[in-house]
Amino acid sequence: MIRVVLPAHLRNLARTGSEVRVEVTGTVTQRSVLDALEAQYPMLSGTLRDHVTHQRRPFVRFFACGEDLSHESPDAPLPEAVASGAEPFLVVGAIAGGQ
Amino acid sequence: MSRVRVLVGTRKGAFILESDGKREKWDISGPHFAGWELYHIKGSPADPNRLYASQSSGWYGQLIQRSSDGGKTWEPVGNKFVYDGVPGTHQWYDGTPHPWEFKRVWHLEPSLTDPETVYAGIEDAAIFRSTDAGQTWTELPGLRGHGSGPRWQPGAGGMCLHTIILDPDNPARMYIAISAAGAFRTDDGGVTWKPINKGLHSQYIPDPNAEVGHCVHHVAMHPSRPDVLFMQKHWDVMRSDDAGESWQEVSGNLPTDFGFVIDVHAHEPETIYVVPIKSDSEHFPMDGKLRVYRSRTGGNDWEELAKGLPEKDCYVNVLRDAMSVDSLDRCGVYFGTTGGQVFASADAGDSWAPIARHLPAVLSVEAQTLA
Repeated sequence: MIRVVLPAHLRNLARTGSEVRVEVTGTVTQRSVLDALEAQYPMLSGTLRDHVTHQRRPFVRFFACGEDLSHESPDAPLPEAVASGAEPFLVVGAIAGGQ
Repeated sequence: MSRVRVLVGTRKGAFILESDGKREKWDISGPHFAGWELYHIKGSPADPNRLYASQSSGWYGQLIQRSSDGGKTWEPVGNKFVYDGVPGTHQWYDGTPHPWEFKRVWHLEPSLTDPETVYAGIEDAAIFRSTDAGQTWTELPGLRGHGSGPRWQPGAGGMCLHTIILDPDNPARMYIAISAAGAFRTDDGGVTWKPINKGLHSQYIPDPNAEVGHCVHHVAMHPSRPDVLFMQKHWDVMRSDDAGESWQEVSGNLPTDFGFVIDVHAHEPETIYVVPIKSDSEHFPMDGKLRVYRSRTGGNDWEELAKGLPEKDCYVNVLRDAMSVDSLDRCGVYFGTTGGQVFASADAGDSWAPIARHLPAVLSVEAQTLA
């Protein structure tokens, strides 16, 4: 089980708690985790990455094990601690300005 | 007794205001979708409890929400807006080609007859349709595919398709408007479109009488006369009596003819409302006095409506989708401001009162008359 921590707005949207658990088969990567997350919570599709290009939305960041993984390849294996469920995969809404 | 429900979209959520037919006391529910931008919420004329809402955020993009119980509960539906085929380019602010990119849904227009069918006007400008209550969306590509598409350019607020008007007498006819391309009409259910901007004159573009390039802010129609259109352009209030084939200016004695909203009285097709705004560089009312202007002659002769509206120190704006009317007798008129007030008149504009005072900046207002 992969543990995924969602930001508040997306928790509300998915009607879930702060941490959700998703099952990933095969290599645990950003792509496989997000695929599993969107399959389990279809309403999150398009909120983290583009529907078509699957590019990360600019103000969404991915953290794990104290590292910012946002610029890593979506197909790079995530840290073993994430794959084992010891550490969560954090989805973070960037601290940014706005109206 | 009839009731009125007013759907208010704001920068930080949606609010629903309800009153009985007297329209004196209002209950406010919300914020729905707290913290998100709600560009537009609108109910189906065929089923007033079926609502559609455009919810968006700079962080998490676009969502569409649907309610089947008048806004008590909501469910997210499809948010996949993918342009048909290769999107191509339009003009960027500096005149260079820029790829079409989906940014948000500005306006949702439910079908007049089918609660499951709804149209979406988006930025970068295109029109989409859903026939499954918002689950899936398909572009009507003939609009963007009109030969002028590569010459369309964004206005200051983005290149948004913000107005969709359905002809109640002719299901094949629709009107749309885009900032800053202009107005367009289809007579074949959205397959092909033609620009309908003849008579518009925009001094800020290289050819003031160009086929496209006009910054139309909003268009309104009375359902009893679908060939008569009223337009608030960037500058100028205009009317057309021939389904947009030609336009005449009817700004008349308005103190300024810049503005965003325009709407038509529910029972008097020649009675129209605007909120004059000082200028495109000063987006607030003249002299700090918030005023609605009403014409009972379809334009040219305008009267100031001031009773109950702020007399001084008012520097808010009223955005393009933020005015609406109910269909009670007398006609109710509603508008929201960027200062978070919603003003209502239960006497066709003769007098006004705030029905909400401290909301986030209001982006849209839609009134529903309920049996």
